[in-house]
Amino acid sequence: MLKDITLGQYFPGDTVVHRLDPRTKLLLTVVYIAALFMVGSWGGYALVFAALAAVTALAKIRPKALLKGLKPLVFIIVLTAILNLFFTAGDDVLFRWKFIKITYTGLDRAVAMVLRVLLLVSGTFLLTYTTSPLAITDGLERLMSPLNRLHVPVYELSLMMCIALRFIPTLIEETDRIMSAQKARGADLETGTLPERARALLPLLIPLFISSFRRADELALAMECRCYNGGQGRTRMKQLHMAGRDAIAFVLGAALVAGILILRRLGI
Amino acid sequence: MPLIELRGLTHVYSQGTPFEKTAIDRLDLTVEAGGVVGLIGHTGSGKSTLISHLNALLKPTEGTVLLDGEDVFASKASIRAARFRVGVVFQYPEYQLFEETVYADIAYGPKNLKLEKDEIDRRVRQAAAFVGLDDAVLDRSPLELSGGQKRRTAIAGVLAMEPELLVLDEPTAGLDPAGREDLLEKLFAWRRARQATVLLVTHDMSIAARCDRLLVMSQGRILMDGAPADIFARGDELTAVGLDLPAPAHIAALLRQRGVALPPGIYTAAQLTDAILALWRKGGAPC
Repeated sequence: MLKDITLGQYFPGDTVVHRLDPRTKLLLTVVYIAALFMVGSWGGYALVFAALAAVTALAKIRPKALLKGLKPLVFIIVLTAILNLFFTAGDDVLFRWKFIKITYTGLDRAVAMVLRVLLLVSGTFLLTYTTSPLAITDGLERLMSPLNRLHVPVYELSLMMCIALRFIPTLIEETDRIMSAQKARGADLETGTLPERARALLPLLIPLFISSFRRADELALAMECRCYNGGQGRTRMKQLHMAGRDAIAFVLGAALVAGILILRRLGI
Repeated sequence: MPLIELRGLTHVYSQGTPFEKTAIDRLDLTVEAGGVVGLIGHTGSGKSTLISHLNALLKPTEGTVLLDGEDVFASKASIRAARFRVGVVFQYPEYQLFEETVYADIAYGPKNLKLEKDEIDRRVRQAAAFVGLDDAVLDRSPLELSGGQKRRTAIAGVLAMEPELLVLDEPTAGLDPAGREDLLEKLFAWRRARQATVLLVTHDMSIAARCDRLLVMSQGRILMDGAPADIFARGDELTAVGLDLPAPAHIAALLRQRGVALPPGIYTAAQLTDAILALWRKGGAPC
């Protein structure tokens, strides 16, 4: 059943990582990604891994949950490994069989690339695991607010994102319901040729579109009834506040970057 | 042989996750062909989950669903057969309408049955007539219809498949009293004409009172099973699981508390008036 899909991937909790300001977490994620690309030695990867493990432990996220999130990426990871392993030029041949040639450089690069992808994805997962979608949108809005001067409709954009996120579970439920109803009328969504199956989706998509428009209409009406007039002068119930822990987080982030650069210079 | 037999039916949602929930818990039930069976129970008692098993939309976590003594989940063919023999009308079925015309929408089910064109035409017209949609409506878009007409169109879409067992989940929710009465009359007439069996899920005790047999669900199990008169005689147990009595049964219970010697088994307005009039004739005012 569609209901079993978990979306948003947010695991509620009350750890230091959960309580960090979403802006801090967003910025640090960017720093983390940038740092990952600055890594130039195995020691650097070890350092990044240690940092990731520390944050995971602090957030009380089970490593299993992170691994589960990586599952859909297995194909990309394997592909990256194969491409780097077999198609890296170099003279330091490790293994040769007919036209297949594996070089030390290739092996080195394959392992590094796989590590990089794994660390990159699990690092960003930590952000969504510990920050609710609403907090992320809120943080993004505040971070992008300087763009307002350039007449970018930041508030509207973040509101749209909010509404979209809010309606994902509703639409999944709705799809489930309509699917059941059409299956009860003998709809066959599983067999047939591709065009047949595409046509079989119409009884599902049309009611879904109709109800989405209806919902949008109702939501707009409800917002207007409550005097919605855009972001001008809006105050917030939940103010975002930077706290001491955010400062510490930034310092630790800077330390990570510095550590990576030093290890790179030292070549460890 | 019973039409439907459920043996040890258990359904657990999201098994193995923190959101695990047992919706149906080792439930046994047999339904014989013919008659109207009512299914009542408060929200979350597992009614909707139960009916989704009857036409093989949900696979039981444990237990079996037998249709005419044969396991519904035996093969893909038997699953498909169950979809056509057991017609299910879900809550607010009007949201499933999608075709350009009412006619085409009602014909969707029969078309999936791969019937001849003439047969489809006969079934569509007959189903439309049963729910009281006239020919002029058949060519209109279902989206232009009123709420009540949309509901009828959606129900006709299932009737046109001519199921042996028709399951309706709150078919009258959101209709006005006149529309509710009218729709119920039509469904009962359809059942009599087709000699089919109807399973009616409802929150409305006045509708439950009109069924031949009543099932009360609570926490994923069947708590009571019997004739409406017997079920409504157990008012306290019903209130305990978040249900109430039909208004006439409630009034009768209050009168009995005040010492009026009303006979047991009263749950319709007609029975109540008859009983009061009988007392009156026997000797003066009963209270």
